[in-house]
Amino acid sequence: MSSLSSARLRRSIALHLFLTPLALVWLFPLWMMVVFSTMPDNGIFSPGIELLPHGNFVDNFNNLQRDTNFVGAIGISVSVAVTYTFLSVLLTSMAGWALARYQFFGKGVIVGIIFGTITLPYAVVLIPQFIMVARDFQLANTWVALIVPPLFNSLGVLFMRQSFSMMPDDLFDAARVEGVKEWRIFLFVALPLARPMLAALAIILFLASWNNYLWPLLINSQPGSMTAPVALGTLIGLTKVSWGGIMAGAVMLTVPMLIVFVLLQRHFIAGIAAGAVK
Amino acid sequence: MRNRNATAYRFLAPYLLIFSVFWVWPIISSFLISFQATRTVPWRFAPGFNWGRLIGDPAFFNALQNTLLILVIQVPVMIALAMVMAVLLNSPLLKAKGLYRFAFFAPVVVGEVAYSAVFRLMFSLDFGIVNKLLNSVGLPKIDWFSNVTPAMALIMIAVTWRWAGYNAIILLAGMQSIPEDVYEAATLDRVSKLKQFFYITLPLLKPVIVFCLVLSIIGTMQLFTEPFLITERGGPGGGTETLGLLLYRQGFRSLNFGYASAVAYTMAALAIVITLVQLWLTREKQ
Repeated sequence: MSSLSSARLRRSIALHLFLTPLALVWLFPLWMMVVFSTMPDNGIFSPGIELLPHGNFVDNFNNLQRDTNFVGAIGISVSVAVTYTFLSVLLTSMAGWALARYQFFGKGVIVGIIFGTITLPYAVVLIPQFIMVARDFQLANTWVALIVPPLFNSLGVLFMRQSFSMMPDDLFDAARVEGVKEWRIFLFVALPLARPMLAALAIILFLASWNNYLWPLLINSQPGSMTAPVALGTLIGLTKVSWGGIMAGAVMLTVPMLIVFVLLQRHFIAGIAAGAVK
Repeated sequence: MRNRNATAYRFLAPYLLIFSVFWVWPIISSFLISFQATRTVPWRFAPGFNWGRLIGDPAFFNALQNTLLILVIQVPVMIALAMVMAVLLNSPLLKAKGLYRFAFFAPVVVGEVAYSAVFRLMFSLDFGIVNKLLNSVGLPKIDWFSNVTPAMALIMIAVTWRWAGYNAIILLAGMQSIPEDVYEAATLDRVSKLKQFFYITLPLLKPVIVFCLVLSIIGTMQLFTEPFLITERGGPGGGTETLGLLLYRQGFRSLNFGYASAVAYTMAALAIVITLVQLWLTREKQ
């Protein structure tokens, strides 16, 4: 018995000796992001090795704000992500509900189109979306342009269809017998039951919107209408720019999401893992 | 049973509207645009115009080659690494699991712009922390941005850092859905852990692994932000130019929508082939 447990102990030590350096390497870029964001620019571009935070975050932030209106851009990003998440959860859970709980004409075709096109690259729709929104609808540099086109995302439909179809029929049939209307059954019976799934979906959608770069870069390129990642991206590669400032911006984009991740890890992981178990 | 057509379509209508306008129609439209000459007003139908140019365009083949090279090297390395992470995070011998999970999964929430900025700074020639650390252990500096090979390596390192944990989450969820008693039976029969991995975990996990591969291939195929921001517009001299970047340059810098659509449909064709291979690999055995 003791030889068995000492073998286990040796295996456990080997495991930690291998995994700890790998974990440190993985954390290193995030750690350096924080360190850079607290260093003055002449510190970042000095020959010494600096691995610990300094006290320059506020100055760096002020430099960032001088280079671009980052606070305004954060405001746009937050509003867009909140609105997008709410609308996408609502629309896709309604659609998922219909596909999970009703038999109707054309259902097979709709499910077929959603599944059949899900692995097509987003790049395929980029050009027509841009032409439509910018030229035909004249909506470039507006909130609508940031929020509405990305609502096509079918992740929520598949996710909520799966969740609703696993709920037992008698739950809803009991309400129907009493004459409760379908939309009330959806709102007041089905949605509350699906709360954990809705939370997972909302987190994934919020994150996607918050970090979205390519579409906002193309469609909202005017300084006053940029989201925070786009505003930050315009500074990368400029010659006279504060890198400490850029890093302060990166920290402001990243740290709130890390906190959300730590607090809601279970939902987060459920949301990502759900993609695989269709 | 009552006919539910009206009810169902009332629930579906708002989503279907958006889905049709911003997904289904653009897929068709993009295909049609690729057969038009779009730099004349009005656009005119010219089937060979963009596709003919595409097959003779060295810039396209450069981008295609770079994209495929990144795919072939980065995706397998990343999935193997994600597998190692998932197996080890799943081990009952591991203490302080939460900390390790945080380390590997945290990049999942980091935006492309934020991490591109950090990688650019970390790898800069004279003041980058990576070169300083290489120097401090007696290794020569690497000029990550002026030579093609290190620049490609940098892109692959960055993408792997960002996405390995994401795949590890999916693989870990897959592993945890394998019933425990399969392993218990194997342990009773004195099957070693290593053999258990190769003869139980891997085969049962095959659909999940294939899913991760397909997801990663389609993601990497569209690679844009990293070569756009880290190696500055696909530098050095087009050395890290990807199909995503070519599409951006043609579509939104040169406003050559027809040609950009042809590039986009090349990606779609690759995606369709890869999806068919996935379906074939994970088909139900009769």
